[in-house]
Amino acid sequence: MPPHRFAAALVVALVLSTTSAFAQSTVTSEPPATFTLPNGLQVVVIEDHRTPVVTQMVWYKVGSADETPGKSGLAHFLEHLMFKGTAKHPVGEFSQTVLKIGGNENAFTSTDYTGYFQRVPREQLPKMMEFEADRMTGLILKDENVLPERDVVLEEYNMRVANNPEARLSEQIMAALYLNHPYGRPVIGWHHEIEILDREDALVFYRRFYAPNNAVLVIAGDVDAKEIRPLVEETFGKVASQPSIPVRRIRPQEPEPVAPRTVTLADPHVEQPTVKRYYLTPSAATAAPGESAALDVLAQLMGNGSNSYLYRALVVDRPLAVAAGAAYQGTSLDPTQFSISVAPRPGVEFSTVEQVVDSVIADITQNPVRAEDLERVKTQLIAEAIYAQDNQAVMARWYGGGLTTGLSVEDIRSWPDRIRAVTADQVRAAAQKWLDKKRSVTGYLIKDTAPKREEKRS
Amino acid sequence: MTYHSTVARFAGALIASLTISFATPSLAATKIQHLISPGGIEAWFVQDATVPLIAMEYAFGGGAAQDPADKPGVANMVASLIDEGSGDLDSKTFHERLDRRAIELSFSATRDYFRGSLRMLKDNKDEAFDLLHMALTSPHFDPTDVERIRSQIISGLHRDTTNPNALAGRKFLEIAYGDHPYGRQASGTLESVPTITVADMKDYVRRVIAKDTLKIAVVGDVDPATLGKLLDQTFGGLPAKASLTPVPDIVAAKPPQRAFVPLDVPQTVISFGGPGIMRHDPNFMAAYVVNHIIGGGGLSSRLYHEVREKRGLAYSVYQTLLWMDHSALFIGNTGTRADRAGETLDAVEKEIRRMAEEGPTQQELDEAKSYLKGSQMLQLDTSSKLASGLLQYQLDRLPIDYLEKRNAIVDAVTLADAKAIAKRLWGQGLLTVIVGRAPQAAAEPAAATPPTKAD
Repeated sequence: MPPHRFAAALVVALVLSTTSAFAQSTVTSEPPATFTLPNGLQVVVIEDHRTPVVTQMVWYKVGSADETPGKSGLAHFLEHLMFKGTAKHPVGEFSQTVLKIGGNENAFTSTDYTGYFQRVPREQLPKMMEFEADRMTGLILKDENVLPERDVVLEEYNMRVANNPEARLSEQIMAALYLNHPYGRPVIGWHHEIEILDREDALVFYRRFYAPNNAVLVIAGDVDAKEIRPLVEETFGKVASQPSIPVRRIRPQEPEPVAPRTVTLADPHVEQPTVKRYYLTPSAATAAPGESAALDVLAQLMGNGSNSYLYRALVVDRPLAVAAGAAYQGTSLDPTQFSISVAPRPGVEFSTVEQVVDSVIADITQNPVRAEDLERVKTQLIAEAIYAQDNQAVMARWYGGGLTTGLSVEDIRSWPDRIRAVTADQVRAAAQKWLDKKRSVTGYLIKDTAPKREEKRS
Repeated sequence: MTYHSTVARFAGALIASLTISFATPSLAATKIQHLISPGGIEAWFVQDATVPLIAMEYAFGGGAAQDPADKPGVANMVASLIDEGSGDLDSKTFHERLDRRAIELSFSATRDYFRGSLRMLKDNKDEAFDLLHMALTSPHFDPTDVERIRSQIISGLHRDTTNPNALAGRKFLEIAYGDHPYGRQASGTLESVPTITVADMKDYVRRVIAKDTLKIAVVGDVDPATLGKLLDQTFGGLPAKASLTPVPDIVAAKPPQRAFVPLDVPQTVISFGGPGIMRHDPNFMAAYVVNHIIGGGGLSSRLYHEVREKRGLAYSVYQTLLWMDHSALFIGNTGTRADRAGETLDAVEKEIRRMAEEGPTQQELDEAKSYLKGSQMLQLDTSSKLASGLLQYQLDRLPIDYLEKRNAIVDAVTLADAKAIAKRLWGQGLLTVIVGRAPQAAAEPAAATPPTKAD
């Protein structure tokens, strides 16, 4: 799962139009330059001339939700294997080149996208483009590289999931929330399925999804947008498109939820119990106009920071919890989640904190949000758009994340305007419609105090 | 989101003492001003109007090392409470004032410093600096706020008791530093935090928050005259002199030593390290280069190759240099399947021994130097990162033109220097902490585990 901060902040724009709260802070940056090559590659260029560095990100419109059942973890496994070299550039050459020039690189996988990036001194951009275009179709995999890498991924699983009871609870909640949609599968995969992924699986997946017409290239940094196009044409422009890739991804959708669900994960290492509730909600791409922005505002209002309603009700006004928060993950191709999380104080029952959570929600659904609260959270969200401009990598992420989850450049740019337009009534309506328990899974993380059974090792 | 490479995240215990190394952007280097306000407050300052915001990073000397010996966690608790109400504002009103203008204000206590961070849209600068001034000069420490924050810290400490990385970090510092203040937990302990009083916190503020040790870095859209006034209003009224308890210099415990902390988790965590090199040591840069070759960032270090790429033993493996005011360490971390912990540790030890005995190759040295020179700009390409970098240079007592000199310092490292420092730092073996299942049980193959149930 993407971290909530990125999730909640998701799509934020470069340019702000002027209104009351930000009249003096109008940002006059140019909108990003965009174009599409004949082979289908969409390109976005975000200029930032403060430091002579550039960020290249290639985003493929494929993630864990596009895997064949039984092959969970394959999108992420392939992400690791993309560092194993091509016919032209053997294993290690790309990474060593990045390092030698003082750059850094990484990659990431989500439910809807897989991304690769390098951050390098600006004059190295053409070389980075050549490498990245080459591995779009030129990957060569050998078992001697693939098999140790599968062990690496299993250790990543151990680190992120097996050693972490909270992550295991989230897996169980997601699996229970999605009855039919592949978002119920963990991005990293189920352990027993990761164990048997192999070279052939990776290559089939690679050939099926990696092509210019299924990718977005984002270049952010000290570049001149006009000079980018010829560079892209010389490199990515020579990669053939793959007409067999459908323009739209059609996945099994969720039925209308009818029953609240609960899951409980008990682990001997839990020292701080936690309750989390996830509601199935529309994403920025699937919501009716205005609805996703209302959910952004609702999450901020309910659960971000010490002024939020949940924190006030559970942590400040009554000593019931040590932490309380909410988040809305809008960057998502298909319906997504609004989540609430509370860590009760010792001796406080889950039922007590849940009653308070329910009363906070009831209050929002029945009474109009106070104007000053609404103004405050909108100001904070809109400010994120300005703070984001301080960081070219964050801007690249917003555009890449938005464009691979069904949004347009204009959708991303105009996000602050949509936030500004959210009314108290829309927030109330969003809470009423979407924070319905029937749409939710509540997960409890508790300490397992049962005597330990001998573990079966294999 | 799952990242491909190592995410350099170490135990909370050690993060507090980490200093990050930077390098230099040619652009920033030419623009750094040494600002002295009318009232005599000094700051390193870069004026940049590209984005309408201001980022400030600052530090007072005297972090968690100033905690009373029997009460670790005071500095950390002050950092968590100093923005919970001050002047005529209670906690709630104070946070409303911040949030209404999207002002980001935070504090933290590292081993040696009490640090603060302030970011605002430029139009909100008066309000932002005013709120900071109130936090520094008249924090309330109201009992209900104190108990709220205390419960949060205690909850975190409870979590740490079953977190293998936290346990490894804690144990490593204990072994390295024993009773020295650096051996104590910056976040406190389950025993100490319940005993910390408002008087302890007020005493800490009185001793530490003062002008003589203050270092400030500012980057953003403000002119020097305006900034000078804001700095005077904010910091000018602070006491002139801090009254700090002297912290003795200490060399970390002599390797090799090994400790095992039992915890029944699927992945065993291994921390390894030893005495490091002080920032002012003339061989610092040589050590920095060699550390990069052994276990620095990126996907090409020796440890990355041997432990991860070749053998598939771990997802994350790295080593870093830590320097503090009174000591220094090198420290590494990895995590591996319980039954491969021995093999992983062998691989780590072998690589480090090999570096100590043979040093790097000329090619490795050249490539590492090339990396360190090129990467400078990437470390300083946002206002906040640049401000943090400029603050760190001041804390490291480097000159304001260090950014311009750094490449020459990197270039001056010879193969002989690298070999000599490799032997000196990495030739003594390792302090090692292993957190996980008992080695004998973990080392046994599956068949040796008593079967419990039929399939």
